[in-house]
Amino acid sequence: MKESMFDVSLRELKELLLRMSDLVERSIEIATTALEQQDPHSVHKVFSLEKQINQCHLMVDAQCLNLLALQQPLAKDLRLIVAIIKINTDLERMGDQAVNIATNTERYLKQPPIKPLVDLPCMFAEVRAMVRETFTCFVQNDVALARSVVKRDDRVDALKHKIFLDTLEVIKSDPAKIEQGLSLILVARNLERLGDHATNIAEDVIFAVTGEDIRHAPRVETMIY
Amino acid sequence: MSILHAKNIHAYFGTNHIVKGISLETEPHQVTAIIGPSGCGKSTFIRCLNRLHEETPGARAEGSVIIDGENIYGERVDPVSIRRKVGMVFQKPNPFPGMSIFDNVIIGLRLTGEKNKEVLASVAEESLKDAALWDEVKDKLKTPGTSLSGGQQQRLCIARALAVEPKILLMDEPTSALDPIATSKIEDLLSKLKKKVGIIIVTHNMQQAARISDTTAFALMGELIESGPTSSIFTAPRMQQTEKYITGRFG
Ligand SMILES: Nc1ncnc2c1ncn2[C@@H]1O[C@H](COP(=O)(O)OP(=O)(O)O)[C@@H](O)[C@H]1O
Ligand SMILES: [Mg+2]
Repeated sequence: MKESMFDVSLRELKELLLRMSDLVERSIEIATTALEQQDPHSVHKVFSLEKQINQCHLMVDAQCLNLLALQQPLAKDLRLIVAIIKINTDLERMGDQAVNIATNTERYLKQPPIKPLVDLPCMFAEVRAMVRETFTCFVQNDVALARSVVKRDDRVDALKHKIFLDTLEVIKSDPAKIEQGLSLILVARNLERLGDHATNIAEDVIFAVTGEDIRHAPRVETMIY
Repeated sequence: MSILHAKNIHAYFGTNHIVKGISLETEPHQVTAIIGPSGCGKSTFIRCLNRLHEETPGARAEGSVIIDGENIYGERVDPVSIRRKVGMVFQKPNPFPGMSIFDNVIIGLRLTGEKNKEVLASVAEESLKDAALWDEVKDKLKTPGTSLSGGQQQRLCIARALAVEPKILLMDEPTSALDPIATSKIEDLLSKLKKKVGIIIVTHNMQQAARISDTTAFALMGELIESGPTSSIFTAPRMQQTEKYITGRFG
């Protein structure tokens, strides 16, 4: 069947969203690598990426508004556009969180490291993988993958908790390390938020594809333990 | 309790099997919309709901339609009495030519033998008010119905149908010949009318079905594919064919 005008606009909208998610992924990559390798020289790139992400944010919203007004989509088309509007918000906030990580990294690296980073690199890897999987499930309409992303968020939360406690111990033993310790805690918090946004996106993908709204549903895991 | 329950309706034109076993139940105070591609048998189906279909030479219907606990296809049922219970409004407004606005509204009642002038006048007023036409015509009730605008004529036909106090009003694409303003007047009217009568409306305009109906049924090639709450049909239909049709990706 020939692609209708609506299908063309929808495809272009999805492509724009993918460009945006690519920018988000790169900025997370740069910000976390800087802290991991204790090398702040490339964090400025995160700030310029964030400006591009904001541009996309506006463009996606404008295109969604147009499609809603002019094409009055229904059923799965309507769900997809509503999902894209929400995903767009999450992506923009993810860009902001990458900036926060970059800023906290810069502050942290102004002085010699206060401790070897053990759990933080694990959390970096976890969150990056989660973000990549989220974008993959959006591109491929992969509901099973989206559900596994949602579950993965528990591990990110657990790592954040551990980093909070460990860093707190370091600070307690040496008040001179408070400022840097706080930077690490903030980074863990930024990463946790990234995980939350990735989870939101995965939930939106599930909604767009199946019509099922899984938000706020009690998870089996939390019911058993 | 359903107000109308059509069970396994089959309809034929000669040997052409057009409606193939449609069942549909409608609730009181609800608008039920029937959507589907042109030629799928929507008009034929709703014409079975007041036994109008069989008036076409060579046409025949099977199945049962329960209204008020009575099967309108029962043996001793008079089709004319059914059409009082189940009113109909067509695509093209069809006020009776040569008849005043007033006479158009009360013709049904007159045919049943009502002669009391006061009764006729009060029914005309009430019906025209229910059809949201009273204010526009109250000073010219004696002028011909055909002198009104298209939208007003359609509301006149609605008033005419309401005057005999039907249980159910069937509407076959009632706004397809009207401009957007006249259309929205009728759509607004339906949301009030449904408090009095059950409404079944055939429409090819999906946005209209979405705006005005409580339940939507999707028909395809003489069969009912899916029916359910309008909000779920238009956001997350269960059947692939419904999805394809309402997203315009049919065929
Ligand atoms: N009076 C008639 N005589 C013979 N065939 C008819 C007649 N009216 C409709 N049909 C056929 O019945 C089928 C369904 O028509 P209809 O119920 O009007 O469809 P819809 O209202 O969904 O557009 C069509 O194929 C049409 O050609
Ligand atoms: Mg028709």
